[in-house]
Amino acid sequence: MVLLWIDSIINNIPFLIEGLITTIVLTIISVALATLFGILLAMGRCYTRQPIPFLIYLYEKIFRGLPLLVIFFLLYFGLSQQGIHIKAFFAAIIGLVLHSTAYQIQIYRSAILAIPEGQKTAAISLGMTKSKTIYHIILPQVLRLSIPGWSNEFTILLKDTSIAFSIGVVELMARGDAITSMNPDAILYVLLFIAFLYFVLVFSINRGLNYLEKRFRISGYEMTTAR
Amino acid sequence: MHMLEVKDIHKSYGACEILKGISFNVDKAETKVIIGASGTGKSTLLKCINQLDPPDKGEVWLDGEELTNPSVDINRIRQKIGFVFQDFNLFNHLTALRNVSIGLEKVKKIDKEEARERALQELKRVGLEKQASQHPAQLSGGQKQRVGIARALAMDPDIILFDEPTSALDPELIGDVLDVMKVLAGKVAMLVVTHEMGFARNVADEIIFMEGGKIIESGTPNQMFQHPKMERTKEFLGKTSTLYGQE
Repeated sequence: MVLLWIDSIINNIPFLIEGLITTIVLTIISVALATLFGILLAMGRCYTRQPIPFLIYLYEKIFRGLPLLVIFFLLYFGLSQQGIHIKAFFAAIIGLVLHSTAYQIQIYRSAILAIPEGQKTAAISLGMTKSKTIYHIILPQVLRLSIPGWSNEFTILLKDTSIAFSIGVVELMARGDAITSMNPDAILYVLLFIAFLYFVLVFSINRGLNYLEKRFRISGYEMTTAR
Repeated sequence: MHMLEVKDIHKSYGACEILKGISFNVDKAETKVIIGASGTGKSTLLKCINQLDPPDKGEVWLDGEELTNPSVDINRIRQKIGFVFQDFNLFNHLTALRNVSIGLEKVKKIDKEEARERALQELKRVGLEKQASQHPAQLSGGQKQRVGIARALAMDPDIILFDEPTSALDPELIGDVLDVMKVLAGKVAMLVVTHEMGFARNVADEIIFMEGGKIIESGTPNQMFQHPKMERTKEFLGKTSTLYGQE
């Protein structure tokens, strides 16, 4: 019996890999866009005049308050009722970006606030413009400080792509579901295998980001080894 | 015409008037030291000069250009005014060398190699060429402040403003920083806010004594220490010299 279930996984590996690739593509595009928008909007919230910070704050509050599933349904089913048809894959990307950006703004904003004001004063005293100060002095430090929080958000987003299954995006979870409906006896093993694939993905991303964090650590800021 | 002219500067924060009409001049390569009790507006005055905190009233002129005029390109003029901070304000993510070269590269648009070369010269000048590749967190307070001075010097300024450059340092390190400043005296104009009376006495061309947002008295070190005109000056300098164990 066990062999039969293993068979149903092995026979479907190419089918699962297609789903896995969609999951990865969905993750990479969404993370990249959400990171870009997150940084820009965090800068906007800290360094621009009203009403821009207030509007960003409003956006943040709204999208942190909505479940991802609701955002997906609104974009896919809600808009299509109004005659705006977005393909499921793109609706998923838009939904994930809108959702993750709202969270990521906080990550970068806390990093911005952690940088001593004096460094900005010093850069301006050298004759740097405000934008040069942000680009050369603030941003490189913000990115370093944001890696731990960002790696959290990265893994959350990766796992959230599975919700895109609900609007019909054929990603890993959707493929897993298709296999279990064809092999109802194997449901536990197939799901465990899917879970294992997600875990491996998340684990390797975290290892990679750990490396990134060490690589860009500023000398002299090593953690103490004292007990 | 003087190099730096400060004319009747007023500055308030809310209802609290910090500066109540300050006027003085600094000439080329001159060293002026501003002394006075804490909270009398000395640091505010420095920030009013390079427009980090523009004054409410009054004018600041450097080389015949009015800095307080809103239409002037202040970023260009700030390159000519070095600023050395009490708490160093080094860029934590950059090495000592890059801290010094970044202004040359990004503001003066000097080619990266040449900027490095010049930054290294400035670090030599403050005795830190060996620390060039270290980050601020790896440096002692005195070393940090010398990097701060090198960073200001690299821009080849007309004048450097020092805002209590040694008050965050222990006595041993203070000496290192003051030594560097002594060497600079007479080469570049300096306006120094400090509590180091020994430095004021030995290095200053003129001492300005401030209290309550006004200049009470100014004069050569000899005049200020030996024959102060105002009773308050006598009292202040008397207190500080007992404190520092002179005479």
